[in-house]
Amino acid sequence: MSLKRNILDLRKRKDQVRLGGGEEAIEKQAAMGKLTARARILAIVDEGSFHEYDMFVEHAGTDFDMGKKVLAGDGVVIGTGTIYSSPVCLFAQDFTVAGGSLGLSHARKITKIMDHALKMRVPLIGINDSGGARIQEGVNSLAGYGEIFFRNTLSSGVIPQISVILGPCAGGAVYSPALTDFVFVVENISKMFITGPAVIKSVLGEDISMEALGGARVHAEITGNAHFFALSEKECFEQIKTLITYIPWNNTQKAKSFPPKEPKIKTKIENIVPIDARLPYDIREVIRSITDSSVFFEIMELFAANIVIGFGRMNGETVGFVANQPLVLAGVLDCDSSDKAARFIRYCNAFNIPIVTLEDMPGYLPGVDQEHAGVIRHGAKILYAYSEATVPKITVIIRKAYGGGYIAMNSRHLRADFVFAWPMAEIAVMGPEGAANIVFRKEIAEAEDPEAMRQQKIQEYKDKFANPYVAASKGYIDEVIEPQETRKILLHALQISANKDVPAPAKKHGLPPF
Amino acid sequence: MADKENYQVIIVHSAKYQTTYTKKYMNRKVWVEPNFNHINSYIPGTIIEVLVKEGQILEKGKSILLLEAMKMYNNVQMPFKGKIVKINVVKGQMVPKNFLMIEIEPVK
Repeated sequence: MSLKRNILDLRKRKDQVRLGGGEEAIEKQAAMGKLTARARILAIVDEGSFHEYDMFVEHAGTDFDMGKKVLAGDGVVIGTGTIYSSPVCLFAQDFTVAGGSLGLSHARKITKIMDHALKMRVPLIGINDSGGARIQEGVNSLAGYGEIFFRNTLSSGVIPQISVILGPCAGGAVYSPALTDFVFVVENISKMFITGPAVIKSVLGEDISMEALGGARVHAEITGNAHFFALSEKECFEQIKTLITYIPWNNTQKAKSFPPKEPKIKTKIENIVPIDARLPYDIREVIRSITDSSVFFEIMELFAANIVIGFGRMNGETVGFVANQPLVLAGVLDCDSSDKAARFIRYCNAFNIPIVTLEDMPGYLPGVDQEHAGVIRHGAKILYAYSEATVPKITVIIRKAYGGGYIAMNSRHLRADFVFAWPMAEIAVMGPEGAANIVFRKEIAEAEDPEAMRQQKIQEYKDKFANPYVAASKGYIDEVIEPQETRKILLHALQISANKDVPAPAKKHGLPPF
Repeated sequence: MADKENYQVIIVHSAKYQTTYTKKYMNRKVWVEPNFNHINSYIPGTIIEVLVKEGQILEKGKSILLLEAMKMYNNVQMPFKGKIVKINVVKGQMVPKNFLMIEIEPVK
């Protein structure tokens, strides 16, 4: 054979694999608004940067006549590429090949690229679109999943791991995404559940559609399994690319720096926040009025919206924001918002991202459902995460900082590096209404006009304690600032904290309450 | 997000805060005090056999019915010595979760 013929033969072989499950299967995929596995990867990485490996790997099944079948690439595409010139490792399951089912070779391809990502200390992006375990390969499929979960855990906190759910992801398969840092879902395309609708119906009689059981919106809004929700694959890929710009390649590096930009929003920051602490506003407007170009990249927007988390840039550097949202449930802490914030704080800490906390919360959500759902152990996660974090931690108390919530939201006592407060901040054991009812119970009860007395005592308490100066007099607040100075002071605090280095006691690992 | 006039209220420590509710908050389960005289299904399933009659008095631990769920027979027993007041299910009936199957009352 001449070289030319060799090359032509190679091209033919590669083209054959690239066809995946064939044109008919690809058309079916397209009809559902889904791209093929390779097209998805190409849509995420920089043009011309993708290299695929293990194209000629064959499946390992022999039982049930599987030996006679040829499965292109065994239903998964693996490779390396770049996103805005940052290196990434990727895998994408190919639903057109045996439903993207996971057999031994399929799993080995995935673990190969996972090992590569960990070794090279670069982010891993996994695109899931699979019917689940390849039943014909029996326990080898289970072994494959286990090997993947193990590597997810090993890589956790070392390299960023991103999961993209672009099709079904059911049974044991869901646990790989659940072990990774960020999960992306797309409406009408993503489906995640442990037990599918058919089984639920047959054993429990509950009749539910796949979408209502484990669709994208369910995981973005109710379960909290998903971090990013998109209406199309295209939008989802843009979200992934944006996320990559905010995070470092690995836990020994910092996220990429960008040229500093002034905020675009010209509304005065103090005009966003009503002076009456019982009135709501959108905390995200406050965040946008202090970030570079007024850009805020929100994470888990739909889940536990009473706390807001996400990335922004300050002077060109990535900052993680954690902020109470008075617009939703008055910004209270509860089980879900505690989980959401705690995980994000730990993410920022693992990947060297400073945390800015904006505080305006009245306390914990009252209710039997909350207490019985374990708000104690969930709430403890925030305390744990903030206490444990050694990245720069800066707090701005905007209005209310009451009780346990004051402690939890990165207070001085959990070793915040800087705590600032606006002049209308109220740092107290509880709000004036509740406190007056307890402290002056007798006076109120014995008064001729109890309601008038109550109002008088509430005012008395307000004047004395509902301000930042009691806490400032004890050094719990470093500086009471004018709202319009917030960005300038945060930039300064971040600059001063840039080389923060605090030793932590040696331990194998802590025991956060999860 | 709701308009100003549609704001809802959350009360924390006697203070009323204007805000919006989440879907999950609105769908939260409201706690009701359990009634120990009610034998509810703790899992959806099918009634295989009703082993008692109304008016019957039974010792604690005696079987009252068999409920099939998750391909298993669940032996539902008297939680204390008591009388069968009312039977709300029949053999073969499918019941959802938390369905009031049998009402009882304690007997000294």
